Amino acid sequence: MMRLFDAVAVVAAILVIWLGLYAYAGDAAITPPLRTFAFAAELLSRASFWNHVGATMAAFAMALAISAVAGVALGLMLGMRRFAGEVAEPILSSFYTVPKVTLYPVMLLIFGLGMSAKVAFGVIHGMIPVMLFTIAAVKNIQPVLLRTARVMRLSPAQTALNVLAPAVTPEIITGLRVGFALSLLGVLIGEMFASQRGLGFLIINGIEIHDVRMMTTVTLIVVVFAVAANSLMLVLDRHAHRFA
Amino acid sequence: MTRARRIIWTRLVLIAGAVGLIELLCRLGIITPLTIIAPSQMAFELARMMASGELVRPAAYTFMEVGSAFAVSVVAGGALGALVHARPRLRRALDPLLGSWYAVPFFVFYPLLVALFGLNALPLIAIGVIFAAPAMMLSTLAGLDRVPRVMRKVARVHRLSRVQEVRLITLPSAAPHLFTGLKLAFAYSFIGIIAGEFILSGGGLGYGIAYAYESFENRKMYALMLFVLLIATGVNGALHVWDGRLARRWGRT
Amino acid sequence: MTRVYPGVTPVHALGPLDLDLARGEFFSVVGPSGCGKSTLLDVLAGLSPPTAGKISFEGRPVVGEVPDGIGVVFQEDASFPWLAVRDNIAFGLRRAGTEPAEIARRVAYAVGFMGLDDFADAFPAQLSGGMRQRVCIARTLVLQPRLILLDEPFGALDQQTRLLMGDELLRLWRETGSTILLITHALDEAALLSDRVGVMSARPGRFIDLVSTGWARDRDSRIASDPGFGAITARLWAALRPESIKAMGRTAL
Repeated sequence: MMRLFDAVAVVAAILVIWLGLYAYAGDAAITPPLRTFAFAAELLSRASFWNHVGATMAAFAMALAISAVAGVALGLMLGMRRFAGEVAEPILSSFYTVPKVTLYPVMLLIFGLGMSAKVAFGVIHGMIPVMLFTIAAVKNIQPVLLRTARVMRLSPAQTALNVLAPAVTPEIITGLRVGFALSLLGVLIGEMFASQRGLGFLIINGIEIHDVRMMTTVTLIVVVFAVAANSLMLVLDRHAHRFA
Repeated sequence: MTRARRIIWTRLVLIAGAVGLIELLCRLGIITPLTIIAPSQMAFELARMMASGELVRPAAYTFMEVGSAFAVSVVAGGALGALVHARPRLRRALDPLLGSWYAVPFFVFYPLLVALFGLNALPLIAIGVIFAAPAMMLSTLAGLDRVPRVMRKVARVHRLSRVQEVRLITLPSAAPHLFTGLKLAFAYSFIGIIAGEFILSGGGLGYGIAYAYESFENRKMYALMLFVLLIATGVNGALHVWDGRLARRWGRT
Repeated sequence: MTRVYPGVTPVHALGPLDLDLARGEFFSVVGPSGCGKSTLLDVLAGLSPPTAGKISFEGRPVVGEVPDGIGVVFQEDASFPWLAVRDNIAFGLRRAGTEPAEIARRVAYAVGFMGLDDFADAFPAQLSGGMRQRVCIARTLVLQPRLILLDEPFGALDQQTRLLMGDELLRLWRETGSTILLITHALDEAALLSDRVGVMSARPGRFIDLVSTGWARDRDSRIASDPGFGAITARLWAALRPESIKAMGRTAL
């Protein structure tokens, strides 16, 4: 019960800050909450809006799929081959800390404008954390678990399925959660200057033509979606870690 | 050769090989200069730009922004971390918010920030802070979490005042995590500022890259990209080595 | 005194019990797990207030803070990982504002006494668990406390190291002339080292037996060959066994 109250309190605090910012900065910078909600309702009924949503989601789904599959696969390979893993890890970590902005122009030059560029953006943002977490998950498998599997004379397939998979799953799920958020971010950023469709485009377009209402509303929709999706994944994450 | 040396060598060979491959493909014309220019040409152009002094202003501007964002993030993040640590209920309430923080594209708040701070470096610095402060905050929380309970008792046995306890026991105990926070705060400040400059045309190195891209000045663009890459890897790498040294000395919990 | 932990269902952790420690004596407390031994130490040191009753040390009441003259060695490793061994040991003296020359003298003595000469400039992360515990004991030693409370200080060590550390503790006791209260779950340790042993019941802990060993002051672990040792250990176990079974949650074994 207290949890719910606290959550409501946090939302209320955000609304208060929002109203405060509106009071200070005015219509030129942000739209107040009620008007934003109203416009959101209106947008959600427009088919044209859903086209944009579709474009973003399509790109996001692809980017996420590639990041997840390739990230986990490569992470497993690098995790299991000790030497390769140790060579690669710092390279991946420093890639993580380098502003990926420095690659945006390259991406655009290689993929051109449009869907493939957006997906590429999503992938370069999302794949690295998935890989890093997967590598860590494999490295952290306790050796005693593997020895137990050998003592019980399990076949390699049984070991993989019954011992390795459950052992690495929690950390991989955390990696996927982080990858999810960053992939979405990557796709949105890609849409901001590599596309004429999608939610990111609507936002940057709103900024450029000074349609503050559009910008605020689409931002709200994106934020709500991101927070909701991430919260869901947090629940999944906690569930996966329940034995840790 | 020891294993550690072999690893470093392999890494160097890998990187050199990748760069060499790109160089080869560019020279052979398989990759057109419209897409990627040869790494040697990137380096050459960068050297030229550094010599001619045209890098000074944008670099100084970016460093000023990154430095400011870093400083504010560390102080604000650390303070907030300490505050939230002391109020478990507040912490639980903020948990989902923090967990979703990095899923939000903060650049969308730029017009709002311009309206608040004016058309100068402040909105971009603010974005850098929004990026970096939570990382510092989370690291501070982790550090304070990991102060062993027995240390509190030791403080009381030695009859330390609250201030002495924080100064002599809490802070040194949390130091490894605080340092990690500093590392992350720098990385995120840097990323946020450069990305912001690029997307929002702020001035500085990121803007320089965007402008060169739009003007089809590939050489300049790649030279700047190389510069940013070198700075990022350089500083982050140095912090990482330092972090490792501290961890070995103090034994990370 | 009595100690009840407040809460949703109050946990009656300790007492009521009465205890008088004679100055300069070596007193051990043994008891089943969960009987409140550590709570006893906390209350005696002034780290936790008693719910009922009072504690006095050297004629003055112990209220709220740890009195001057009491030293505590905890069960967990409480060495400061960020300080070298020498600085760890000097910690309390520096806080008390002792003269640097005196600090150096006492630290050098403690380092020699505890056999840490080769490690004086090392960091705790580089030492074994036993050595870290020695650092903690040395840190308490240099303050020359009149009462030393030790909570299962050798718990993490193997039996042979424990026996040798026990001898060192006796040496320390004789040299300093302080009163020692040792909490341990090892009956043989209590029987070997102490002048008196208090046997605690299962929770809520009360003293159900007080055994005087009658050992000479000048003793070490080889006193195990004395026929009295077996008798004392047997008496301790006879009193303790039913309590241990109770603590394990069974009615009989």
